[in-house]
Amino acid sequence: MSDASLLAIRDLHVTYATGDGPLPAVRGVDLTVERGQIVGVAGESGCGKSTLASTILRLQPSNATVSGTVLFDGRDVLTMRWGELRAVRWAGASIVFQGALHSLNPVHRIGDQISEPLRIHNPSLADRASRQRVGELLDQVGLDPQRARSYPHQLSGGQKQRVMIAMALACDPELVVADEPTTALDVMVQAQVLNVLSTLVRERGVGMMMISHDLSVLADLCDRITVMYAGRVVEEGPARRIFVEPLHPYSAALSAAFPRVGDPAARFAPSGLPGDPPQPWLLPGGCTFAPRCPRAAEVCLPAEPPLTSYGEERSAACVRIGEPDAPSVEPASGHVS
Amino acid sequence: MTDLAAPRLSARHLARQRRLASYRRTWRAFRRHRSGVAGLAILLVFVLVALAAPLLASSDGLDVTLANGPVLGAPSSHYWLGTDDNGRSVLTLLIWGSRISLLVGLSATVISMVIGTLMGLVSGYFGGWIGRITFRVTEWMLVIPFLPLAIGLATVLGPGLFNIIIVIGVTSWPSTALLIRSQTLSIKERAYVERAEAIGGGRWHQMGRHVLPNVMPMVFANTTLTVAGAILTETTLSFLGLGDPTRTSWGSMLDSAYQVGAITTGSWWFVIPPGICVVLVVLAFTLIGQALEEVLNPRLRARR
Amino acid sequence: MSLVADPGLVADSEEPGARSRGRGYGSYVVAKVLGSVGSLLFMLLVNFFLFRVLPGNAAQTLGRGRLNTPAQVAAFNKAYGLNHSVLDQFWIFLKSTAHGDLGLSVKYRLPVSQLIVDRLWPTLLLVGVSTILSTLIGVYLGIRGAWNRGSVFDKVSTGTSLTLYAMPEWWLGLMLIAGLGVGFAFVPGLFPTGGLHSPDIVDTNSVHGILDTIWHLTLPVITLTLAYLAEYSLIMRSSLLDELGEDYLQTARAKGLRDVVVRNRHAVRNALLPTTTVIALNIGFVVSGAITIETVFSIPGLGQLSTEAISTPDFAVLQGTFLVASAGVIGANLIANLIYGWLDPRVRT
Ligand SMILES: Nc1ncnc2c1ncn2[C@@H]1O[C@H](COP(=O)(O)OP(=O)(O)OP(=O)(O)O)[C@@H](O)[C@H]1O
Ligand SMILES: [Mg+2]
Repeated sequence: MSDASLLAIRDLHVTYATGDGPLPAVRGVDLTVERGQIVGVAGESGCGKSTLASTILRLQPSNATVSGTVLFDGRDVLTMRWGELRAVRWAGASIVFQGALHSLNPVHRIGDQISEPLRIHNPSLADRASRQRVGELLDQVGLDPQRARSYPHQLSGGQKQRVMIAMALACDPELVVADEPTTALDVMVQAQVLNVLSTLVRERGVGMMMISHDLSVLADLCDRITVMYAGRVVEEGPARRIFVEPLHPYSAALSAAFPRVGDPAARFAPSGLPGDPPQPWLLPGGCTFAPRCPRAAEVCLPAEPPLTSYGEERSAACVRIGEPDAPSVEPASGHVS
Repeated sequence: MTDLAAPRLSARHLARQRRLASYRRTWRAFRRHRSGVAGLAILLVFVLVALAAPLLASSDGLDVTLANGPVLGAPSSHYWLGTDDNGRSVLTLLIWGSRISLLVGLSATVISMVIGTLMGLVSGYFGGWIGRITFRVTEWMLVIPFLPLAIGLATVLGPGLFNIIIVIGVTSWPSTALLIRSQTLSIKERAYVERAEAIGGGRWHQMGRHVLPNVMPMVFANTTLTVAGAILTETTLSFLGLGDPTRTSWGSMLDSAYQVGAITTGSWWFVIPPGICVVLVVLAFTLIGQALEEVLNPRLRARR
Repeated sequence: MSLVADPGLVADSEEPGARSRGRGYGSYVVAKVLGSVGSLLFMLLVNFFLFRVLPGNAAQTLGRGRLNTPAQVAAFNKAYGLNHSVLDQFWIFLKSTAHGDLGLSVKYRLPVSQLIVDRLWPTLLLVGVSTILSTLIGVYLGIRGAWNRGSVFDKVSTGTSLTLYAMPEWWLGLMLIAGLGVGFAFVPGLFPTGGLHSPDIVDTNSVHGILDTIWHLTLPVITLTLAYLAEYSLIMRSSLLDELGEDYLQTARAKGLRDVVVRNRHAVRNALLPTTTVIALNIGFVVSGAITIETVFSIPGLGQLSTEAISTPDFAVLQGTFLVASAGVIGANLIANLIYGWLDPRVRT
C-alpha cells in the first residue's frame, strides 16, 4: 500500500549534532499521506514537527543526520540524485514554512518570488504567461494582483502568509506541507488563512500535511491526525475520533486544551499537564511521557511502549489503554478531564 | 537580629554565586574557541615580558651614551637580534618597547571606553534633545577620518607619552558609543527596566543599576578590539614622529629604523622584529575580542 | 476570480499595514544630505577649534617662523581676524574656507589650496585603484569563505585577513620595499622603492611615461590593496554568514533552485547591502592608509604633504589636508548611503 501512497515516511530518525552532543529530534516516525488527503501533525513545541517537515524535501540543516526512508510517489527523497531532487522540490511537493514573515526575501518583489519556481520548473514559460499566472495565484488567495509589484515589507503578516500559500501552489504540486501556517497571526486572520488553504487544497485534490500545536484546528480540517511527543508518534487515527475520544493520555491532554482567544501563550499549553516536555538530549527511560502522565504506573517504566493498533485504523503507544485507573506511581499535580 | 541578617546575606550570596556561575559558563564557552585561547596565550607572553622587563634586560641598555655595540650590527651570540644605529641591543629595545606599546594601548582604551560608554548610554537611554545631540555628535565623529584628526591633535599638543594617550583616547570612542547605544536601546525595552521606571527610580540610578551591568559584557568584548586599534595607532603615530621621543616603543623603533635607512641597507633585524611584535599583540587582542563577542552575543552564537 | 468568497479577505488588502510603510527615497535622500551637511559643519567646527582655539596662541601656531616682530603679529592677527571674538572668528573662518582660502604654507610659502590641488591626483589615483581592487577581491574572498564555512579555503583566507588587519599597512609596505624593491640576497629589486616617475622620464604623459608611472605605483597599490582587502573580506564574510541563517534562503532552496543561484541571487545580493554601509564607514580608514603609504613610498600626494608638515610644523597645511580628507570622506559616505538606499527597497519605496 505504501508504494501507492503520495508520501510514505518510514522509520525516520533525525539527529542533530550540537555543541552539547547528539540531539535526537525525530525518533522512528512513520507517516502516510494519500492523494487528496489532509493529514495533521500535532504536538508541543520542540517535539520535532518542523524537523520532520524539512526532511520531506531533504532540506534539513547540515548538522543533521537522517536515516529511514521518505518515499514520495514511491521514490526515496533521501537518496535521490540532486537533479531529481530539485525537480521534486516545489513541483512535486511545496512547503509553507513556519514563520512566513521571514520566509520571503526582503529585497525581491512578491511577484518575482512567486514566479521564480514557475520559471525554474518550466524554463520555456513566457514572461506574459508567468505574470498572468502570478496574478491568478494572488487572486486565488484573495490578494489584489497589483500586489505582485510590492515588496514583503509593504504587506501585513496575514498578507505575507497568503503570498506564501500562493507561492506554494504556483507549480501545482501534488503535496503541500504547511508548517504552522497561522502562528504569529491573530485569530481572525488565522481563520481566514486556514480557510483559503483548505479550500484550495480540497478543490485541487492535492495531498496536504498540516502541522499545528492546536488539535482543535486540525480536527476541523484534517482527515487523519498524527500526534507526536518527544520525536515519536504516540497516536494516529481519524481526525474527529482522536479529538473526541483520544486513546493516548497525551492526545487527551491536547484535545482538552481549548484555545483561549487573545492569549497565544495559553493556546499551546495542554491544560492540566504538569511540567515541560523532556529535553531531547535528556529523555527519561521507559515511556517518555510517564513523568507528566496522569495515568502513569509501574508498567510504564521498563520500556518505551510501541505503537500498537487498536482496531478500525487507529493506533496508539500506551500500555495502559483499556486498563482500569490504577493509583499512579507519582501523584500528578494536574488532572485531565 | 541574626534572623534579619541571614536572609539578606544569603540573597547577596546567591547573587554572587549566580554571577560566578555565569562567569564560569562564559569561560567554558570561551575555551571552546581555539583562536581566542591562542590569542590569550600570546597576550600572556607579552604581558609577562612587559612586567618582567627589568629582569630580562637592564634598562642601561636603553641609554645611548652607555651603548657600546656595533652600529647596525647583525645578530650575533652577544646581540641576539643585532644592534640599532646607536649600538644598542635590539632585543633590549624590543623588551622595553612592549611596556610602552601596551601601556599606551591600554590607557588610551580606558579613556576611549569611558567616553564611548557614557556617550552611548546617554544617547541610547535618554530621549529628547540630550539623546539626539549625543547621537548626532557620535555619528559626526565617526565620519571624521581618524588619522588626520589624530595627526592634527598630536601636532598641536606636542609629542609626549601622555599626549599620545589622550589623542588616541579622544579620537577612537565613536564606534564604541554606537555599539553601547544599540545595546542600551534593546535593554531599555526589557521588562525589568520598565518596572524600575514604574517604581520610580531616578534615571541615572536605573542606568547604573539595570542598564550598565547588562551592557558591560559587550563593552568588555569591544574593549579588547579597541586595544588592538589603539596599539596600531600608537605605532603609526610614533612612526610618523609624533610619539614620545624620550621613550622607546615598537613604533619609534620602526621610525628610527626607517630614518637611518635600515630598509635599503638590509638591516632586517631592526625592522622585522618590532613589526612582528605589533602584529602578534594586535592579532592577539583581535582574536580574544572576536571570541568574546561570539560568546557574549547570542545572535552570533546561534550562528555557530 | 477569487475562489474564496470571504469579504473579510478582500477587505483585508485595504488595511493600514498594506500600504507602503517606507518614507520614500526622496525623503531618505533629503535626510542623508542634511546629515552630511551637519557632519561638514561639525568637521569645520572641530577643525577650527583644533588649530585655532586649542593651541591658545593662534598667531604662534598658524604663523610660526614667519612672525618675528610684534608689528607682524598684529598684522597677522588682523588679517586672520584674531582680534575678534571667537564666534566672529569662526564666521570669518567659514567665509574664507568657503572661498577656498586655506591660508599660507609656512614651509612652501604658497597658498595651501594650491598645494592641495597640485598634490591631489597621485592620491586619488592610488586610493581609487586600490579601493576598487580590494573591494572586488575582498568581497570575493568573503563570499567564498562564508559559503564554505570552516573549509581550508575559509580558514586560510580568514587567517590571512586577520593577520593583514593586525599589520600596520606601512610596515607591510616597508617589507615589500625590502623584498621586491631593494631585493635581498641574490634577488634583484624588481620595482622602484619610491617616487612616481623615474628621473630620466621627460614627458610623463607619453606611453613610456605612463608605463613608468604604473611601474612605480605597483608596490604601493599592492600594499594598500592588501591592507584594505583584509577588512572588506572580513566584513563581507560576516554579513553573508548573517544572511545564511535567514529563513528565506530555506524557501529559495525548497523551490528547487541550484545552490549557486540561491547564493548569488538571494544570499549575496542581500549581504552586499549591509556591506556597502560598512565599507562607506571605512573610507576614513582608506585615507589613513594613503597617508602612511605615500610617506613610505615617497609619493607626492596629499598624505605625504601632511606628514611632511608634521615636523615643521606647518599648521596651515595640516589644517587644509584635514579639511580635504574629511570633506572627501563625508562626500564618499553620502554617495555610498545614497546607493545603499537606492538598492534596498525597504528604504527606496
Ligand atoms: N539546526 C538545529 N540544530 C540543533 N538542534 C535543532 C536544530 N533545529 C531544531 N533543533 C532541535 O530539535 C528539536 C525539534 O525541533 P523542531 O523545530 O522540529 O520542533 P517543532 O516541533 O517544530 O517545534 P515548534 O512547534 O516550536 O516549531 C528541538 O529540541 C530543537 O531545539
Ligand atoms: Mg516548528
